[in-house]
Amino acid sequence: MSREQAKTPGSESFLEGALRRLIRDKAALAGTAIILALIVLAVFAPWVTSHDPVKQDFGRLLTAPSWEYPLGTDQYGRDVLTRIIYGCRYALIIGLAVSAIHLVIGVVLGLLAGYYGSWVETVIMRLTDVMLSIPSVVLAVVLAGFLGGGVQNVIIAVGAIGWRAYTRLVRAEVLSTKEETFVEAARAIGCSDLRIMFRHVLPYTLGPVIAYTSLGVATAILWAAALSFLGLGAQPPTPEWGAMLADGREYMADAWWIATFPGLAIMVTVLGFNFFGDALRDTLDPKAEGRLRE
Amino acid sequence: MAHLLEIDDLRVRFRTEFGAIKAVDGVSLALKLGQTLGLVGESGCGKSVTALSIMGLLGPSGQISGGDIWYHRGNDRIRLSGLHPRGKAIRAIRGNEVAMIFQEPMTSLNPVFTVGHQIMESLILHQKLSRPQARRRAVELLQKVGIPWPDKRVDQYPHQLSGGMRQRVMIAMALACHPALLIADEPTTALDVTVQAQVLELMLQLQSELGMAILMITHNLGIIAGMAQDVAVMYLGRVVERGPVREIFHRPWHPYTRGLIDSVPPLTGPVRLKPIPGSVPELRSLPAGCRFRPRCDQALGVCAEMEPVLKEVAPDHLAACWRC
Repeated sequence: MSREQAKTPGSESFLEGALRRLIRDKAALAGTAIILALIVLAVFAPWVTSHDPVKQDFGRLLTAPSWEYPLGTDQYGRDVLTRIIYGCRYALIIGLAVSAIHLVIGVVLGLLAGYYGSWVETVIMRLTDVMLSIPSVVLAVVLAGFLGGGVQNVIIAVGAIGWRAYTRLVRAEVLSTKEETFVEAARAIGCSDLRIMFRHVLPYTLGPVIAYTSLGVATAILWAAALSFLGLGAQPPTPEWGAMLADGREYMADAWWIATFPGLAIMVTVLGFNFFGDALRDTLDPKAEGRLRE
Repeated sequence: MAHLLEIDDLRVRFRTEFGAIKAVDGVSLALKLGQTLGLVGESGCGKSVTALSIMGLLGPSGQISGGDIWYHRGNDRIRLSGLHPRGKAIRAIRGNEVAMIFQEPMTSLNPVFTVGHQIMESLILHQKLSRPQARRRAVELLQKVGIPWPDKRVDQYPHQLSGGMRQRVMIAMALACHPALLIADEPTTALDVTVQAQVLELMLQLQSELGMAILMITHNLGIIAGMAQDVAVMYLGRVVERGPVREIFHRPWHPYTRGLIDSVPPLTGPVRLKPIPGSVPELRSLPAGCRFRPRCDQALGVCAEMEPVLKEVAPDHLAACWRC
């Protein structure tokens, strides 16, 4: 950057700039709106709807969408809309918990592999390669089947398989970052290896990782829904979207709404996180910003 | 005057796919308290490697294979070359007693932290200051290195500053803990000429204020003439001539030093510059005898057979040439 472009004191901070760019992007705005809606619905579910998500009512089985039941009722007489709204909770919890597991495992392993190199890197990366060579579907199904059903076990099963991509991403970022002069400068002021890794290298690599995490939440939600759909995840009567999809599958011909709306909910949610993740990557990656400015 | 740093017959080797390369091959230097030693030479002559070995920052492929680096702290003598490069002892010295300024102000600052944060780090690390104390010190330091609105700048990110300002920030970082020795590795190469002059002026002023010694690494003889008391000229991993600045500039002995001086445009008017013929040979295929012989216009028969050693040609003035 030349001196003319240098900003005067008091101009916008990095965060403000990031926020401004995020708002300017339409898809990002849509993604943000979807995620916010999801959070609001999840938190305030009992206030948003007056129906019970699990209580069966045999007086109103398979009602078509109407004013009272906007998305109809299922084969046990439960309001589909209510179940979808409560399902937001499961989607969010599963998506965030799984991503947190991925992040911690992936970031630590990637950081160690990239920073230390030599045999540390060889061991970690070969382990990742072995994990990558096992088909994810098989691994997830086996793990979920082994652990048994339940939301918690879905989180563990999906959490155990998805970190590989993070490890590779973080390692690649660290490999290029550790050659930067500012890392040498940090060493020159007397920082220890651990401090350099977590305080200097990690934040610099975090931009792409955070962006990928948003995409990862989407993938985690999809995976969890898939396992639940297969009967290996959330068990009835949990209003989890994948399980609802499985429930409604048999009634597709007579009551299309039971399976269709949870499916749409999954789609919109995944789309929201993907939009958001794309925008985040454009915004948060300090190197991408450098490229734009040069 | 007492010595602060003594380098004695330092040898540094790098492992490469072509075998070991001797980047520094028997360098001896001495730096006095509060004085400036200039280290000059072309790219690849080992000046930066010498500096990095003082800091213990050679990296995994580099290794000190011989010689000693002594650092004097009061009456103690610490053998820097014997400290573990990742150990506590050297980390307590780095940034605290010996600080370094790098060539590239653009890449030496971490883009994801404010400049204040980066100055505060060594204060918190070495002087155990609290965050508010460190912040106050950071603002003072920014003011000291001549950055306007230091209380605003302290919260800005490196990309919001110009190149000259970033180098000033680097200097503030280096001086945060009042080091006894400042190693400046081509601190002004990446800056334009007027900013260069300002930064050098600032370094001189801070040196007289704080009394630190400076090891000034550069390929620019003009900078040496303006800043240093002593100078060492390096060629291919060896010191070929060293002595007081006046001596070296007025009575250069070594043909390489003379070549360097002749290739600087004089201010007196247009003169045809005399470049040094040829180019630097690769470190893997060094010529036998004197390393400079293939490019030397005054080579003797003995130059092809034996490598000259440094000998005194005038008081304190040493040169390694068979013609001396």
